[in-house]
Amino acid sequence: MLSYLIKRLIALVPVLLGLTVIVFAIMALIPGDPATAILGSFATPENVEKLNRDLGLDKPQVQQYLIWLGNLLQGDLGRSYSLNRPVLDEVLERFSATLILAGAALLLCTIWGLLIGIWTAARQYGWTDKILTFVVLIGISVPSFWLGLLLILLFAVELRWLPASGMFAIYGGGDLPDLLRHLILPALTLSVVATGVIARLTRSAMLEVLRQDFIRTARAKGVSETRVLYGHAFKAALVSIIPVIGVQAGFVLGGAVYIETVFQWPGVGRMLVQAISTRDILLVQGGVIVVAASYVLFNLLADLSQSWLDPRVKA
Amino acid sequence: MTPALAVRGLGKTFGGGRSLLGRPKPAVHAVRDVSFAVAPGETLGIVGESGCGKSTLARMLVGLLAPSEGSIEIEGKDLSDQTGDPVAFGRLIQYVFQDPISSLNPRKTVRQILEAPLIHLLGLDAAARKARIAELFEAVNLRKEFLERYPHEFSGGQAQRIGIARALAASPRILVLDEPVSALDVSVQAQVLNLLAELREAFDLTYLFISHDLAVVEAVSDRVAVLYFGRVVEMGQAEKIFTAPRHPYTGLLARSAPLIGRPLLRTEAAAAELPDPLNPPPGCAFAARCGRAQDDCRGGPPPLTQLSTDHETACLHPLN
Amino acid sequence: MVTLKLILRNRLAAFGGIVLLAVCCVALLAPLLPLADPDITDPVNRLKRPFSDGALLGTDHLGRDLLSRLIWGTRLSLAVGIAAALIAAFIGSAIGIVAGFYGGRIDDLTMRGIDMLMAFPYILLALAIVAVLGPGLLNALYAVAVVNIPFFARNIRGVTVSIAHREFVDAARLSGMGRLRIIWSEILPNVLPVIVIAMSTTIGWMILETAGLSFLGLGSQPPQADLGSMLGEGRKLLINAPHASIVPGVMIFVIVMSVNLLGDGVRDALDPRLRAGALSRPAAATRVERPSPPAAGKTDALLQVVDLQTEFQVGPRTYKAVGGVDFEVAPGECLGLIGESGSGKSVTALSLLGLVASPPGVIAGGAVRLDGEDTLSMNGEALRRVRGGRVAYVFQDPLATLHPLYRVGDQMVEAIRSHRPLSRQEAWNHSVALLEKVRIPNAAARAKAYPHELSGGMRQRVGIALALVNDPDLVIADEPTTALDVTVQAQVLALLDELRRERNMALIFITHDFGVVAQLCDRVAVMYAGRIVETGPTEEVLAAPRHPYTRRLIACVPELGGGRRALSAIPGLPPPVDALPAGCAFAPRCDKAQNACRQGEVVLQSCGMRAVRCLFPEGATP
Repeated sequence: MLSYLIKRLIALVPVLLGLTVIVFAIMALIPGDPATAILGSFATPENVEKLNRDLGLDKPQVQQYLIWLGNLLQGDLGRSYSLNRPVLDEVLERFSATLILAGAALLLCTIWGLLIGIWTAARQYGWTDKILTFVVLIGISVPSFWLGLLLILLFAVELRWLPASGMFAIYGGGDLPDLLRHLILPALTLSVVATGVIARLTRSAMLEVLRQDFIRTARAKGVSETRVLYGHAFKAALVSIIPVIGVQAGFVLGGAVYIETVFQWPGVGRMLVQAISTRDILLVQGGVIVVAASYVLFNLLADLSQSWLDPRVKA
Repeated sequence: MTPALAVRGLGKTFGGGRSLLGRPKPAVHAVRDVSFAVAPGETLGIVGESGCGKSTLARMLVGLLAPSEGSIEIEGKDLSDQTGDPVAFGRLIQYVFQDPISSLNPRKTVRQILEAPLIHLLGLDAAARKARIAELFEAVNLRKEFLERYPHEFSGGQAQRIGIARALAASPRILVLDEPVSALDVSVQAQVLNLLAELREAFDLTYLFISHDLAVVEAVSDRVAVLYFGRVVEMGQAEKIFTAPRHPYTGLLARSAPLIGRPLLRTEAAAAELPDPLNPPPGCAFAARCGRAQDDCRGGPPPLTQLSTDHETACLHPLN
Repeated sequence: MVTLKLILRNRLAAFGGIVLLAVCCVALLAPLLPLADPDITDPVNRLKRPFSDGALLGTDHLGRDLLSRLIWGTRLSLAVGIAAALIAAFIGSAIGIVAGFYGGRIDDLTMRGIDMLMAFPYILLALAIVAVLGPGLLNALYAVAVVNIPFFARNIRGVTVSIAHREFVDAARLSGMGRLRIIWSEILPNVLPVIVIAMSTTIGWMILETAGLSFLGLGSQPPQADLGSMLGEGRKLLINAPHASIVPGVMIFVIVMSVNLLGDGVRDALDPRLRAGALSRPAAATRVERPSPPAAGKTDALLQVVDLQTEFQVGPRTYKAVGGVDFEVAPGECLGLIGESGSGKSVTALSLLGLVASPPGVIAGGAVRLDGEDTLSMNGEALRRVRGGRVAYVFQDPLATLHPLYRVGDQMVEAIRSHRPLSRQEAWNHSVALLEKVRIPNAAARAKAYPHELSGGMRQRVGIALALVNDPDLVIADEPTTALDVTVQAQVLALLDELRRERNMALIFITHDFGVVAQLCDRVAVMYAGRIVETGPTEEVLAAPRHPYTRRLIACVPELGGGRRALSAIPGLPPPVDALPAGCAFAPRCDKAQNACRQGEVVLQSCGMRAVRCLFPEGATP
């Protein structure tokens, strides 16, 4: 197990490097001149040239990348010109908010997805299966940003049970219950689609496994039906479910962009949207790198738990 | 007389080479140093259990796989620089697959399947193709209306006839038959085997018949080569090789075949396991399972030696 | 055509299709419909409620007609979503097919690149692309397409790899086809259904994603509006004019929902496994639907099977896999059940303890009495106790029949503890002892191995040990050596024989190999087309078969030591079990068949220890 872990960690290095190359390449492709953007359109050519030199933009791309990577490794992501503060500080602050939201959503969708999936598979073609399957289909078809608006209308505007936006109340908030109250609606909204995907997959994976020969063996040796379902079938189905949960983590992290915008959650997604419209390239760069890297780490966790479950993976 | 097929020192290694960091990657020698010649009109049987390399050997012979070493000569023509190119081989040697259904594209009609070699190997025009397909269908005893049907509409035996017709389409000189009847039921097996015998007469073909079923191989072959762990361990006349085997492995095979009127075999005590292909033993691969093994067996691979005019074995202490 | 029918048979999919068709028609006809100009502002009439005069769905904050904007926006959103799906499917599939077909370095490099793209959370990558290209609907389209390329590339590559290794691709190479031609004529037609499935299941996503980017203000730019940007504008007026955001949202939802419904239908219709109903869950025991169990006969047999009938009901067809089978097994006896594929021998074996997958299997008649008690009438718990307790199974392919994620020792422990109140440690020790008994070297260590870590022969030994854990009275072995090499088969057979004699255990051995039956079984029953055609002591049946089928089948078996020779065959094929002929099922292939054979029921005639289902048995005077 330990050697497998080390192998996986080493394999992570090229992925992370590749990630930085892609991010750097994307940003290098952006048309227009950062110096002009910073100095405004009335800058003299001399000033622009000087700033370009100061920013290292007159050097070849590869060299620029290496310098940028070197800074990145030292935690220097540059300075956001629109916010006038170090990118890393801003990103980390925002990212912790996103992590709370995405983590809560991921927890919700995993639990509900698995429960619904197992339930419907165990009662295939029963009326609960039919209803839940339809509800799940609604779940994956509904635009999450619209669902968020509807929930705000219902629970915040009409019923006034929950706050409509933000992470903490402006006056007198800041404690955990306050955070949870603010978290309920956005986390729920964010989890709906992923719940649907996981539920559908769990159902079909369970049904697939239940047709396998080893399930017949389990029955032939007199194992109780409950154990056949939960011990044998679910364990085998998990092997194909875990990678999907990993992928869903990506959808949840990405989907946070919408939800943070709808609920004005001070996370990294909303920051990215704003940074794109103000063309704050360094801020976009920093946000993308941090979120992508965290996603890579999460997928490593998914891989590790899968290999822990399935002895064939390590072979 | 020029042999129909002559193979010298043929070998295939999978994997190997070095990784980016210069560490050697594991290599599996699927086939090593195989040499034999087949006379025109002869049927050479090739016998072995799973993992002995018989399919790898077959795929090299028809050009589907490039050998790592050795040469292949067909009717005196050296094809060594065209190995791994089925087009060069296709007009001389063809292949009949084990699984008749999976060797036919499910989305093509039988006519389309049979036309492919006529177009791409022989370059026939439409009229000539039509005539040739009618001829082929006649030869394998299938009715003409089957031509417009799709593979899934056929039974295993019928599908195997189509596979044989496809192999014969380009008028090759040699057919490699890779377990052609293992997927079929006993009552249908003989239909296909007898058809193959008729075709050999009619078209003057040379066969390489690969199988794990000793009785079938014995019934159809002139000579038999026994493969173990990638090497030929014994080669001789079909009627003698199983009744009077010289290599202990051939002996074990012959004794293991379930036979009416013979009690169950209870001799081999050690586990019947093949050596680890990634870490093969230096000497005879069978030594670990062999009751006659001595120290010299473990030194190096025993060479294939001539015992009589028509019998070779790779054993230092052969049975008598 | 068939596919279309299948989709329409699925009512939900048909509903989705119709809704989608209607939406598309309205969107296509937008220029012809009497609609207000969607971009003309009219501040006086701003934020009119739905159903007000001149604006069926109301107006937005600039007084633009919402109905008109909705229809034009739908047109735009659909076009962008479908275009993105087509681009992603085309490029992704092309990459997948090339990588999967060529393999090697090309595959490695492309897939590394694809993995790298997949290391980004989905929408984030789209955002980054829009950041480069700048906001705009066309750029959003590109971004969504690019982000979906890896999904197609991965899926299609996987399918291509499995197809590229199929034998018909080798056959095409041997037919002289070049690589490009093989991709075009052999690979693509077989991959196409998968591409269509992938597209139908992702197109809804792409419509959602483009709408999402527009919602964030990164897609379509004012005044032009797609559904997403309408929603984005509506959001700002959420409290004063909720209709401005509800209306476009409902439309997105309706489109995506109908696309998904239709997509599920397409998938169900195109996926051959789903088409065969393969994804229905088999019940814990086979469904029994019989008139009433036949009366119990007096017998000392351990197992008595009377007129057992098992059917498979697939669509309109009924396959009578087992059409009335009778046999008995005495304690300690070994009965061989022999037949060719499709003769019903395995289904018979599985029916004994209700292990035939159901649906589609149904036991339609007969009784299976174990010491006089009918297993087919047992309730779940009673049946569970018999399974693996008094009666145990050994299956054909132990790699597929052992659970891949449990250690073999644990699988044995579970079997023990399902029947006996032993502690885990006691059960483990017992398991290890049994593994030693089946001569697994170093059993204590091998008990901790997973099935895939063992060789085929070792796995089948585990399979046998697993059957023995509760000291059964009867073991049913379903072709346990068919997947093994001859040398290994010989060992496993010898082991089985030794164990059954030592423990005085009855054995039902299912096989297609006369040699194996001859060596192992006391009695043999020959099956053809779902029925027993002959039974008797093995030596007698083999020496003097009485049914023409038995005689000719034995003649077909090549025996070692016969030298080079022509082999005999039986012309024709067994009849399909969903269309059995009247009279004797073998009559169409039988050289002795007469008119009487083709009508009426031919019964199994007993004569001492032997029985034969033939009007003109061999050796009898005609």
